[in-house]
Amino acid sequence: MEMNEYLEVFIEESKEHIQRLNDHLLILEKDPTNMDTVSEIFRSAHTLKGMSATMGYQDLANLTHKMENVLDAVRNQKLVIDSNILDVVLDAVDQLEAMVVDIASGGDGSRDVESLVSQLQAIENGEDTPVVETKKTGEHLSQTSSSSESAFDKLDEFEMTVLQESEEKGFSNLEVHVKLQEGCLLKAARVYMVFEVLEQVGEVIKSSPSVPDLEEEKFDFDFTVLLVTKETEDHINKRIMKVSEVESVEIKAFSVTDSSSRTTDTPKEGSDKQTGTEVAATKEKTNDKIQNNSKAVVSNKTIRVNIDRLDGLMNLFEELVIDRGRLEQIAANLKHGELQETVERMTRISGDLQTIILNMRMVPIESVFNRFPRMIRQLAKDLGKQINLDIVGADTELDRTVIDEIGDPLVHLIRNALDHGVESPEDRIAKGKPAEGNLELKAYHSGNHVFIEISDDGGGINREKVLNKAVSSGVISSDQADMLTDNQVYQLIMESGFSTADKISDVSGRGVGLDVVKNTIESLGGSISIDSQFGKGTVFSIQLPLTLSIISVLLVEVQKEKYAIPLSSIIETAIVSKSEILNAHNKKVIDFRGKVVPLVSLKNVFDVPETMEDDELSSVVIIRKGDKMAGLIVDTFIGQQEVVLKSLGDYLTGVFAISGATILGDGQVALIIDPNALIK
Amino acid sequence: MLEVSEQNVKAIVFELQDEEYAISVKEVSSIERVQHITRVPRAASFVKGVINLRGVVTPIIDLRKRFGMETIDFTDSTRIIIVNINGMEVGLIVDAAYDVIDISHDAIEPPPEVIGTVNVDYIEGVAKLDSRLLMLLKIEKVLSEKEKKELQSVEG
Repeated sequence: MEMNEYLEVFIEESKEHIQRLNDHLLILEKDPTNMDTVSEIFRSAHTLKGMSATMGYQDLANLTHKMENVLDAVRNQKLVIDSNILDVVLDAVDQLEAMVVDIASGGDGSRDVESLVSQLQAIENGEDTPVVETKKTGEHLSQTSSSSESAFDKLDEFEMTVLQESEEKGFSNLEVHVKLQEGCLLKAARVYMVFEVLEQVGEVIKSSPSVPDLEEEKFDFDFTVLLVTKETEDHINKRIMKVSEVESVEIKAFSVTDSSSRTTDTPKEGSDKQTGTEVAATKEKTNDKIQNNSKAVVSNKTIRVNIDRLDGLMNLFEELVIDRGRLEQIAANLKHGELQETVERMTRISGDLQTIILNMRMVPIESVFNRFPRMIRQLAKDLGKQINLDIVGADTELDRTVIDEIGDPLVHLIRNALDHGVESPEDRIAKGKPAEGNLELKAYHSGNHVFIEISDDGGGINREKVLNKAVSSGVISSDQADMLTDNQVYQLIMESGFSTADKISDVSGRGVGLDVVKNTIESLGGSISIDSQFGKGTVFSIQLPLTLSIISVLLVEVQKEKYAIPLSSIIETAIVSKSEILNAHNKKVIDFRGKVVPLVSLKNVFDVPETMEDDELSSVVIIRKGDKMAGLIVDTFIGQQEVVLKSLGDYLTGVFAISGATILGDGQVALIIDPNALIK
Repeated sequence: MLEVSEQNVKAIVFELQDEEYAISVKEVSSIERVQHITRVPRAASFVKGVINLRGVVTPIIDLRKRFGMETIDFTDSTRIIIVNINGMEVGLIVDAAYDVIDISHDAIEPPPEVIGTVNVDYIEGVAKLDSRLLMLLKIEKVLSEKEKKELQSVEG
């Protein structure tokens, strides 16, 4: 139970470390000799190992441990990073991430990483066993030796105490390494017998692999046991050798202090690496110190706050804003100088407070962007393309809720750009472009919106191809096709069931994706547009609201009722006289800038009780949903306002054409219209 | 029954068309005076609208309409009882709310079943206290729309 408290922190921090690993590995790829980067990576891996071991995720700890060893070798100049090594390490980071995700979703983070572990092992030993023909056996041996070395790296506190106590009481702690004969059939049975022998002479503290694994025969032919005993090594050796099919027994003293140093760090102690061990160990210790220092600094700077608490704070603050509005009104009515002054001060302070509270929910988009370099590297490799990625404006801030949602659509768009946009190096050269394609991710603020642009310098969108496809798949008719502007044509590729890729690839082109992207972005109150030049490249431009909890609306009155229409879907407002309203097949329409726009009477749609005379002039709000438009007839425009979006609660769900409510300055509730529901 | 383990039920008594009803205090979070109610278009007919209850948009039900009584204008004594059902806050408009009383379990009887009247399932029981007759309400049933549709089909 107690662990659960830390689990969240563990997952968060693990994710951060994995991200840091990814980032730095990519830097390392560009600059393989940068030892600072290697140290950074090593530190992240090391912390991750420590954390996961503490939390009891053995596979995670194990894999990080192996990774750490490789990195250590690199750091000590025993290995030179090349693309192969990097691939394996990145692969390992992927696995780590998968484990963390598994843990986050309630799993135990276990995963089969044996092949990766042995790959890492091979790399680690690559330098140490230069003789190629003995490599295989060398690898095997090193595996066994490493399992004995790393076997008890991760003793928990309890085990440590037991060992220390036993030492004090005159017991000896022995590390018993048993090797079974290769032909042994019932390995589990032999293990059982060995254990029985060991229990007779002492107490087994820990085994590697773990006992369940041993029982399920999940080991090669050797295993190691940590034994607390009063018997001599010789005696135990003899007793174990009495068990049949045991090939060899190695017993050595296990020192607690050694192990404790190993729990924090694992300098190689293998016989083949005696040189430099001491240097490495001291180095690591200093590194540890640095790491602790930097950690302390970071924890001073930030604290983690549950987003629910921020929401609570936000709600309370909204209350305050409403009351502030009332106070202002009262003060103005009373004309009491001192009161007015105080209220003014309060208004200013609460204004500042609002900025701070809103900013607290803001997260730099970096947290979304920073997983892309890795993804793009992999994709480019898979697709056989060369990509140069530029990220601009990663520090642009967005509301946390938007950040959480925007990742997947961006992944889709990037995959799309890489798969369909950027051409293969040969094609590019043939077209006179540099072989390396450019992909730019750009984020910036503008007004109350954040813009994210994904641009590539690839092939662009082929208008003819899109039109042919659209006509053949029945999205539009061939008559319509000729009338569409380029921009409208580009929008077509975001219709559902549309894919222009000639062949379906793993990466994209299954006809799902772009329409999902569009839907997600629209559900966030944003919009997406495409600009493309055939042969030159494509720009996907996403516009998102800064925050989801506060939106800009146009307040209107329908008879005596007030409604709010989100500004994001309003094109413009107009006043039309009765004579301008035309009838088209029993539907009221107006001619708006050369387009026929159907009219919707909010009074009728919402059954508003009639209290006012019909006016000769109607106020119309022109709204849009994609390319479609409609005019909403209202009675009065009140004005534009920033309002706090509130839900109608659980009881009133699925109210037609109402997306929520807000509380106005006078304390009354105004409903927010969902324009999408009013346009068919 | 409302409370089996306790001897007495603490209940809030309110008035609706000269009859007295009771809701267990455990289900009531507050009693409010009538304030501006924003109509919600196209919601169920007995949903009067929503109010701003200290920053929370809270739906309001007109109990008279819910029980098929004639609707009257609000008076000075009209109150909104905010009830909390499964974390959902809903307000009920009643003619007046004035009393908190203890009802002993012995005084509660099941609702009378008489031929020729509509049996409604939102009455939990009837309590007789001296000369007063209190109808104990089952709030969940009052809120459910299904029941209302059944009512309509019986009436129509």
